[in-house]
Amino acid sequence: MIDKTIDKSLRWVDDRLGVAKGGRTFLDKIFPDHWSFMLGEIALYSFVVLLATGVFLSLYYVPSAHEIVYHGSYVPLRGQRVSEAYASSVGLSFDVRSGLLMRQAHHWAADIFLGSIAVHMARVFFTGAFRKPREFNWIVGVSMLILGIVNGFLGYSLPDDLVSGTGIRIAYSIIESIPLVGSYLAFFVFGGNYPGNGVIIPRFYILHVLIVPLILIGLLAAHLGLLVKQKHTQFKGKGKTEHNVVGSPMFPTFMAKTTGFLFMTTAVIFLLGGFAQINPIWQFGQYEPYQISYAVQPDWYMGWLDGALRIMPSWEWVGWGHTIPLEVFLPAVIFPGLIFNILIIWPFIESRHTKDLAYHNLLDRPRDRPKRTGAGAAMLTLLGMTFFASSTDVMANFFDLPLKSVLWFFRIAVVVAPVIAYFLAYQICNEMRAAEGIGKRKRALVVSRSATGEYTTVESDPRPGDGSEELDAVPVPTYIDLVPPELATGEGVRRVMR
Amino acid sequence: MSDESPPLEGPLPPAALDDPHLLPYAKHPEAAQAVAAVAMVIGFLGFIGFGVAYWVAASTGWEAITLGVGLLALGFGVTAWGKYLMPQGPFVEERHEFHSTEAERDAMTAAITERGGMVVRRRKLLGTLFALGSAAMGVVLLFPLLRSLGPKPAKAEDHRGPTATSLFTTNWKKGSQLVTVDGRTVTVGDLDVGGVLTVFPRGFAGSSADQVILIRLSKVLQPLAPPGRTDWGVAGYVAYSKMCTHLGCPVGLYQEQTQQLVCPCHQSIFDVLSGAIPEFGPAPRPLPQLPITVDDAGYLRANGTFDQAVGPGFWERP
Repeated sequence: MIDKTIDKSLRWVDDRLGVAKGGRTFLDKIFPDHWSFMLGEIALYSFVVLLATGVFLSLYYVPSAHEIVYHGSYVPLRGQRVSEAYASSVGLSFDVRSGLLMRQAHHWAADIFLGSIAVHMARVFFTGAFRKPREFNWIVGVSMLILGIVNGFLGYSLPDDLVSGTGIRIAYSIIESIPLVGSYLAFFVFGGNYPGNGVIIPRFYILHVLIVPLILIGLLAAHLGLLVKQKHTQFKGKGKTEHNVVGSPMFPTFMAKTTGFLFMTTAVIFLLGGFAQINPIWQFGQYEPYQISYAVQPDWYMGWLDGALRIMPSWEWVGWGHTIPLEVFLPAVIFPGLIFNILIIWPFIESRHTKDLAYHNLLDRPRDRPKRTGAGAAMLTLLGMTFFASSTDVMANFFDLPLKSVLWFFRIAVVVAPVIAYFLAYQICNEMRAAEGIGKRKRALVVSRSATGEYTTVESDPRPGDGSEELDAVPVPTYIDLVPPELATGEGVRRVMR
Repeated sequence: MSDESPPLEGPLPPAALDDPHLLPYAKHPEAAQAVAAVAMVIGFLGFIGFGVAYWVAASTGWEAITLGVGLLALGFGVTAWGKYLMPQGPFVEERHEFHSTEAERDAMTAAITERGGMVVRRRKLLGTLFALGSAAMGVVLLFPLLRSLGPKPAKAEDHRGPTATSLFTTNWKKGSQLVTVDGRTVTVGDLDVGGVLTVFPRGFAGSSADQVILIRLSKVLQPLAPPGRTDWGVAGYVAYSKMCTHLGCPVGLYQEQTQQLVCPCHQSIFDVLSGAIPEFGPAPRPLPQLPITVDDAGYLRANGTFDQAVGPGFWERP
């Protein structure tokens, strides 16, 4: 009965849209089974959670710097003059049922979104998945990372609490540091000298909830569309070639697994949102430009920029009646600009270096590309060092060291450590490649002596589970005889040939 | 989505139900099904629990644990179903070259260069005019998009402009009375030695550009002020702009023992006794000092204004 209904409605749609041919191909699409392919899915699903929780928050949040007197249920704030943005952020945390859960889940989802993008990107980088023909998708991915960071910062700024307001103040000064146009740009963005004429919160709001997400959704569609069009890469393995994809079909296996993964990713985010307090804005208080709290730090994905600002020497350039605040412009504008540009053009840097213009659908093992792996390790070390440099004050306190020593450690480490990381990774890769059979389980060597006294050495049989017991891959069957052959009567069995 | 499906007609017969590729991955499918079923029941109960928790307005923890367990268990159940009970495969899909043939590429290029080139090259005037018009549109559309956003920053010469549109001015004037953020006036007896207070010019309490940190030093230390500034403080009081010259954060930490002002944002350290010279960290310039005095009634007042722009650096700063 249900089969007939599906058949009938599909025909109705296909008459009008012609979906059957492409639709079946899509259901047959093969997804390679490897855990590292789920990293991108974490990013996708945390983005779904971001959209869902974000819609919820937008129903209660008021994007306004207008001052009102707080009358909500959080007693310590009662009677204080706060902005509507701050009051509504506290209000949706305490006076809207499930509000706190949604707000904290939204924040955690953003942190996980960017974290999974970073790890996914590292996987794509170290396995060479960005090579021809996938350069476009690499660029789309890097663009999403940049927009994700931007939107994270914008959203972080919206509650108008003391910590986020400090971040906005720093952003203003960074814009101001750009030579020639900096003060104009800062005035245009903020509507005047800091803190501006109250436009920044509504402006950040519309960017955060509409404009940036819209671009992100467009890029996401392109990212997935290109993935379907160009098909997945895969690791080397039995029956896997440059010309096929081996794995599970879209329907039903992958669909079941990925739905489960969507649920489990969401579960982790909501459990964190309920049990791991994040950004308790009611403790920070309303932002005032003359107030500050100790150990101010941004969200993790901004840490590398904050760290770069901290370790930069005070090299302000003054001359010819002008000032270039290099101590801000270099680490906060030029440095991220360089990093993102290197990331974007990396596929072309590499193909120019290797002179490799072939299609690549099989992935590299990182050890087989020592230079690339070294470069990736150097980049991660550089970013890692600047990231840790964003807590120089906390480290100095924690390890009971002079702040100056910690700072100088990072100033040196940020230059030296990436070089060491490059050569270390390069060397490890080469040694791993030289060691035969590395990563494989050892097989015993059986030495036997024949009747004539001749010695022969033979490898023993593979241990159970080591040998390749995998079946040969076959195309996804379209028609299946649902009745076992021994029971088949010839009636009611579909006999259409594939 | 690509439309290159494998040919539908071919020698492949329908797959038999006992094809090993269609068998589940699990060695004991019944056990796997039992586990998945239990997980799904737990998931169902979790969601019911969330409904109840919401309804009775339970704590955030109860909402999270019920929702989280519901999602986790249901997700685990359906994943186990997919991984252990659905056809184990492996299945394969051929790749097809998605680039076009040489002839198709030629045809595309030719359509642009020959067909397009024919009309554009023959009508160079129209092509030029259209490009010119579009460029003009592109430029003038930037006016409302960018210029309407905010005022232009005032020039350095236009001093005494409002601080809202000038990076060079503050509201401090000779004679401005020092007030706290609540608007309370500050008298010479308000701070003990070692005390600090954030002050503003009267009428501008809370203003970002005007924030000043007032510190009371012991009278012994006062004469250590840099040359030319010995009379900028009064009765042990000195006043500095509270806006960090690095990125504009309030320089809010005063360490009396070392006579240092510390910016909590990026750890710039300023030496209070030597005119707030930065002695460590990324800040490039001293905090501008505000000359202060005390009037006959004992109120602290500004004895002039800053001799330079406050806050972080920018291009137009001389």
